[in-house]
Amino acid sequence: MASSLRRKQAPAAATARASARRGPAGLWNSLPVLPRHLLAALAALALVAVLTSVTDGLTALRVANVGYYLLAVAGLQLLVGFSGQISLGNGAFMFIGAYTTALMVLYTPMAPLAVVMLAAVAAGCLAGMLVGAATARLHGPYLAGATLALAVGLPAVALRFPDLLGGSNGLFFSLRGAPPALSGLVSDSQWKALVVWFVVLLALVVLATTSRGRLGRRMRAIRDDEAAAATAGIPVGRTKVVAFVISAGCGSLAGACQAYLLGTATPSSFTLALSLSLLAALVLGGLGSLWGALWGALALVYLELAGEELAHAMGLGSNVANNAPVVFFGVILIVIVMAWPLGVQGALSRLGRSLRGR
Amino acid sequence: MNHFIDLTLNGIANGAIYAALGLSLVIIYQATRVVNFAQPALALIAVYLAYAVYLATGSYWTGFAVALASGTLMGVLAERLLIRPVHGRSPLSAIIVTLGLLLALQGAAGMVWGNGDYSFPYPMDFRGRFSPAGAFGLGAVAVVTLLLFALYRFTPLGLRMRAAALHPESARLSGVRVGLMLTAGWGIASAIGALAGMLAAPPFLSPNALDAVFVYGIAAAVLGGLESPFGAVAGGLLLGVGLSYVSGYAGPELTTLAALAILVVVLSVRPDGLFTRPVARKV
Repeated sequence: MASSLRRKQAPAAATARASARRGPAGLWNSLPVLPRHLLAALAALALVAVLTSVTDGLTALRVANVGYYLLAVAGLQLLVGFSGQISLGNGAFMFIGAYTTALMVLYTPMAPLAVVMLAAVAAGCLAGMLVGAATARLHGPYLAGATLALAVGLPAVALRFPDLLGGSNGLFFSLRGAPPALSGLVSDSQWKALVVWFVVLLALVVLATTSRGRLGRRMRAIRDDEAAAATAGIPVGRTKVVAFVISAGCGSLAGACQAYLLGTATPSSFTLALSLSLLAALVLGGLGSLWGALWGALALVYLELAGEELAHAMGLGSNVANNAPVVFFGVILIVIVMAWPLGVQGALSRLGRSLRGR
Repeated sequence: MNHFIDLTLNGIANGAIYAALGLSLVIIYQATRVVNFAQPALALIAVYLAYAVYLATGSYWTGFAVALASGTLMGVLAERLLIRPVHGRSPLSAIIVTLGLLLALQGAAGMVWGNGDYSFPYPMDFRGRFSPAGAFGLGAVAVVTLLLFALYRFTPLGLRMRAAALHPESARLSGVRVGLMLTAGWGIASAIGALAGMLAAPPFLSPNALDAVFVYGIAAAVLGGLESPFGAVAGGLLLGVGLSYVSGYAGPELTTLAALAILVVVLSVRPDGLFTRPVARKV
């Protein structure tokens, strides 16, 4: 809908696009969406491979952290930024993914990693379907309240069933690192970073392709005006539930990647603060674009690091150091909404437009 | 049977706390159409201040007064400095600002007072079946509800506040200072939130002490329909009793999930809560 409008409004832009079609950019744009996304993902994976091979193990771990946060925030982007439903509970889906991974590794040790990850996605999608169907009639603050209860309540399940889920200590397990054939070439943490990014990029290709297609259009129509979308024949309830399912699947897969990296699943890593930080990262990165999820994920990992280092460098106590990232995120949320409502991606695209206009 | 009666009484006492927090959310929602997710953090800071004063003076009631006063002040400041600038933008903006305030204040409490637990005193004796402390909580919430009712129903200030919330434009034309009324609403609501915090904090005070209570408070407000103070009180008491049964018969770890279940069941029957009339919308 939006693109047809733009075409009507700006014939100049259309001719510019036609002339651009001759260059390499034109070739890129003439590709169908899916291969284009796959090629971009391949390039990103190569970039990660280069990045992790020139840096040490600790950096590789951080790069992997960015990867799974990226996936969780991107899933939230689909839900909040595209379909307009606010969820404060995506940390709960990460919890589901992490515990599914831990249980699979502990009880079916022969299952290959791909099966474990798929099981985590399936568990997350199932939970997302239940939550989405139960809350499909809710909107705004009502939905936020219900998902808030989910974020606080679900990790407590691990405490209720300590025999199966390990109580407050959580579950510990060990996974194989790099395959023996590559043992001289890559370290375990580099291999794990690559695996995480492979999974994340695959999921992102699915996300990007769906959000460009009919489903994404329907979601945006519902976000902009639910009643009008319903009048236009869009199945509002079903689309909302599907958005919830995809978002929960992404969150769960992100949790699975986290468990794969750390080899643990503990209830204390899935606090309300995690769910709220994911939302904060989303808003910081910019609502309404998957690129925003990348900036948000980078901020989640590196701002936390910077906050801790700053507190240590200034000789402040551990109380300050432990809480600095949370305070920082809170302040940033407020500042962004007041001064810069489109986030980093909004500012970047405005910058890009003004550069091209010149 | 004895166990059942114990659970019921306990549930009513807890429900009063949820009702108070629900009330504070409803008052703000009525006035500014914002769910104040920062309410537990405002209450938390107020309770920490009360604790500091209690340690310094040794008097619980001085601390209590400080909590209510600082709660009011913080509510007023939050409305003036943070909510007013995003007024009229998308509802998401206001939600995100209050969430930001929640993170910032909770982290700040951890920075100043540490993440550990302090033992926090009860206002009165808390032992026994329906303890004086429980009765005090229930009584305080009942008094607050009656005062609120009287305020909205019988005083010029209450009339102006209702006018400012319902029809800001017409109210402004009739000479009501709408902005001031919204600020007053936030102040009153945060004072009630601080009261809920003082009732909910014992026996231990930590930066996350009010998280679960907040979830129940927001559940109570949503059950009641977010727009009806009476609904919030009824929702809080219902939820308190219901959760007390779950905690007593199925395990205390499941109470939050049970709150979610109750919320989902009630809202799937009445998506706008128990006590609101459906609104027609023109397209």
